[in-house]
This record gives sequence, structure tokens and C-alpha cells, in this order.
Amino acid sequence: MNPQDIEFGLDSFVFVSVDESGQQLSGDVVIRNTVEEAVLADSVGIDSFNIAEHYRPDMMDSAAHVMLAAIAGRTERIRLGTAVTVLSTQDPVRVYTNFATLDAVSNGRAQLIVGRGSLTESFPLFGFDLADYEELFEEKLDLFTRLVRNQPVTWSGSFRSPLTDQYLSPPLPEGHLPTWVGVGGSPQSVIRAARFGLPLMLAVIGGSPKRFAPLVDLYKRALDAYGYPLLPIGMHSHGFVARTDEEAAAIQWPYWAEIFENAAAERGWARPTMERFRSEIASGSLYLGSVETVATKIAAVIRQLGLSRFDWVYATGRVPHEQRMATIELFGREVVPRVRELLAEPATEPATVALGSATNLESSRV
Amino acid sequence: MSSSEAADRRLGIVGAGKVGTTIARAAAAAGYDVAISGSGPAERIALIVDVLAPGARAATTDEVVGHADLIVLAVPMHRFRELPRDLFAGKILVDAMNYWEDIDGVDEELASAPMGTSIVVQHHFASARLVKSLNHLGYYEMEEGRHPHGAPGRIALAAAGDDRAAVAAVMQLIDRLGFDAVDAGPLEAGMALGPDGPVFGVAHSAAELSELLWSEASSA
Repeated sequence: MNPQDIEFGLDSFVFVSVDESGQQLSGDVVIRNTVEEAVLADSVGIDSFNIAEHYRPDMMDSAAHVMLAAIAGRTERIRLGTAVTVLSTQDPVRVYTNFATLDAVSNGRAQLIVGRGSLTESFPLFGFDLADYEELFEEKLDLFTRLVRNQPVTWSGSFRSPLTDQYLSPPLPEGHLPTWVGVGGSPQSVIRAARFGLPLMLAVIGGSPKRFAPLVDLYKRALDAYGYPLLPIGMHSHGFVARTDEEAAAIQWPYWAEIFENAAAERGWARPTMERFRSEIASGSLYLGSVETVATKIAAVIRQLGLSRFDWVYATGRVPHEQRMATIELFGREVVPRVRELLAEPATEPATVALGSATNLESSRV
Repeated sequence: MSSSEAADRRLGIVGAGKVGTTIARAAAAAGYDVAISGSGPAERIALIVDVLAPGARAATTDEVVGHADLIVLAVPMHRFRELPRDLFAGKILVDAMNYWEDIDGVDEELASAPMGTSIVVQHHFASARLVKSLNHLGYYEMEEGRHPHGAPGRIALAAAGDDRAAVAAVMQLIDRLGFDAVDAGPLEAGMALGPDGPVFGVAHSAAELSELLWSEASSA
């Protein structure tokens, strides 16, 4: 694909961050700071800004559409989306009305990724049983895609009241509100994205992205089997960029370690180590370092998996607003143009070396 | 190959998700005759198996049970009770499942299992020869970390079970898949292999893994 057509997005969890003295900011300040970050992303040429959905004390992303509408009013060009919308615990009718309205407010810039996400606090919060996850997602995706593609809708299911010849306002122009399916590695989820004829977003939050290559193959084969043309494939990963590799690692490490310490305590994950951090940077799923390091690694994975969209969680955890702004500036002005430049060159061997495989495992053994 | 050797290279896998397909791929590459099932008819997972585990065969769960004496159970943990209690009668059954509240929802019995979730699984499948294994390493490390027997830096996987012959059979499977095998002791010791245990999610050599499991057992 033409390197100019590849989309580069920023993803935000609206992490509650600290100020430069280490003092934790209040939620409303964090939300306004994030709006500023999106405005900056627009001004430095980034293609999209996407907000996640959580209901936790350390993340302020519980109403993405409201924040996106505020961003829409201050930007002209950047696409505005979610990463991800937990469709299983929302009413597809409400998601449609919110995002069709966002699409109108923003003059056609709304987009969505729907999926489960890796945290699942929305299930008990909204009164759903996590054990029904598969059935919920299947049913709600079915209704949502009908609402976007072909109104009026006549529909019935198990989790909400039926609809008969239902039109919803505002109407969406054809092709608006592109909806991607986010997957974390489950083959059945990949098949489902293909069955619904929706583009695929791979969430790769640890380990070598190379292991997703078979899922990309599965998606293409499944699209073919369901009679669809090839649809776009994107990837979402974390990272941070600074002037040098050392500076980027020094800024991100304490906040990254904090997130994984919490996950270890809450969820039984392995505790973070500097070795694992280094290994994720060297050959795993952290796109972190200088402009050249990050651009080289992104270009390599785009080539290897045949991606047409790359979304980057710019800074993980409580990294201060000022440093987030600096990393957005570097990403938009320097990393993205450099990735496009690298992709315009003929493929060379280092592309695969940068992704590593066996070295990843060896270096993660401490 | 004699018929007993052929029988000995047959593997059944129930569950065609991330873990099931990874084990299927590794086992097919190791020369096993693998049958794998998801929920429902075989056609539903045919494409998944064809792409992700070439050489393995998509089947129904009943066919998988008929195919082999050694079966890996890799369904989402909240679903195992949907399988009939006598389904695996007399079979060596590898419990590769972990209880994750983020995936399985709140399950009081599993969340509070004092001797580990495998004891709950054994209670359900009382007639199966249960072994806890293949659950403590990330599926992508199981993909990328396989090395031939005797290779330097080979990663280890542990197996815990009360039926010692069944544990020995699973240890042979582990070795053939490309990992050193460590005997973790009785089934309740399999608790140490779970998400809150000392070895979960990190690649270790056999010596490191034995040492960690031994310290855990002596402090318990």
C-alpha cells in the first residue's frame, strides 16, 4: 500500500497523570489536558485521535464521545474515534446516536473500534454477566452494524427490546462511521470480524508482534470465505518517543513499572522487571526510543503484517501532560514522516531483525 | 512405527482458542496426530485449524475424545462445567485452564478454591486422570520458546497430578513439544502454577522452575 495512505493514530486512556512535581492532577484537569493533546495531534498532522473506555479511578475515559465532540469543535482535519468502545455493555442504539451525532458535529470525522478491551469493569457496572460476553458482543455487533449500514432496521435479540422499521436520527451518510473490530489474539474474534465484513484492529500489548502474522492470514482467508474483498488491518501498541533512546526509557520506565505492579497485584500478572521493559523495547511491543528507533520499528511491523493503520498509545500511565505533549509533537512532526519515508524504500533485512523472535525470549529470561 | 507408538503420538485438544490452537500447532509440528474441537460442529473451526494449526484435524468434542487417550482441556474456565462429567472417563486429561476474573466473571467456587482450581475440575470430571499443566506460560512463549531436547537455554513446563503414570505421560508430551518437563508433585501442588503462583507467566529453566516450586512447597 502507498505509504502516504497509511493512517497513524494516537490512542488515549486519559490516564490520571501527575504534574512535574509529582502531584496527582484532578480528573477534570486531566480531561482538559487530553483535549489539548488532541488539538496538538491535529496540528502536527496525526491522522486520528482515539479514546478508550474504562470506569476506573486512574483513567478518565468513561465518556469518549463527549470529549471527542469538544475536540471536534477545535480541530478541522483529525479523525475522532474510540479504542475501544466496549459494545457488549452498551446499548447499540445509544452508541449509534452518540457517534452519528459526533460524525455530524465533526463534519464526517467519527470512527469506532469495538471490542472487549482488556479490563472488564463495565460488566458488573452495567449489570451484565461477563460469562455472556460472546453472546452479548455477537448480538450487539449485529444490531450496531445494521443501524450503521441499512436503516430502517427490524431486529430482535435476547438482551434488549426488539426494533420494528426503526429509523434513527441523525442519519449517517453512506460509508461514514467506519467501525473496526478490536481483537487481542482470539481466533474466533478474528473470524467474527471477517464474518461481519469489518476491518480488523490487532491489540498487541506485549511480546513479539510477529505472532499475530497467522491471525492476519486467518483474517484474509476468512474474508475470502465470506465473500468480502480484502479489508484494512490495523494495530494498536504502546510507546513513547524522546530525543534519545535513553531519555525515552528514563521517562517512561517508572510509570510503566507502576502500571504493571498494579496489574500484578490485581490480576496475577508477572511483576515488571527492567529486563522485560528492555525486551519489550528491543523486540516486543513497546515502540519506545528516539525518533529513528521508533520509526524503524513501526515501519518494520507495518511491512511484516501488511498494516494500513497504526495506533500508538502515547505514554503509558501517569506520565505528565508536558511530556505527553512533547512526545505527540515528535511523533507527528518527525516519526510519522520518517516511517512513510522508510516504507517508500525497498524492503531490507533489518525490518525483520527489528521484530526479533528467539532473542525476545532469551533476553526476557532473568 | 508400531501401533502402540502411533497411539502414543495421538493427542486430543478440546478448545480452539489462543491456547488450544497454539498447543495444536506445536503438537502437529512435533509429529502428533492431533484432533481439536471447539464448541459445536467441526466446520465451525475448520478454517481456524487449517490456518493456525496445519496438520491438525478439526473435529467434534466426541471425536476428539475417541481419537486419543491424552487430551488437553483448553476451554475458557467458566465453560468447563458445560461438558458432561463422564466425558473423559479413564483419559489422561491435561487441565491447561486458568481462572481469570477478567475473562470468566466472578465464580465463587473457583475464586476461593483453597487447593487450586484443578481440584474443582477433578471433582467435576471425577473419572478422568487429571494433570495440571501447559497453563503457566504465555501462549506466545509456548509458540516461540520451543527447543529440541538437550538444547541450551531450554524453557521448562511443569506438570502436577495424583496419578503418577498420567503425570509421566504428560511430561513426555511436554518434552516432545519442545520444553523440559518438571514434576510439580500432586494435583494440589498445581496451584503453584496458577496466576497468583510464583512461576506464572515467566520463562524459567528446569532448574529454576524446580527451585521455585520447591520453595513454594516448603513455605506452604
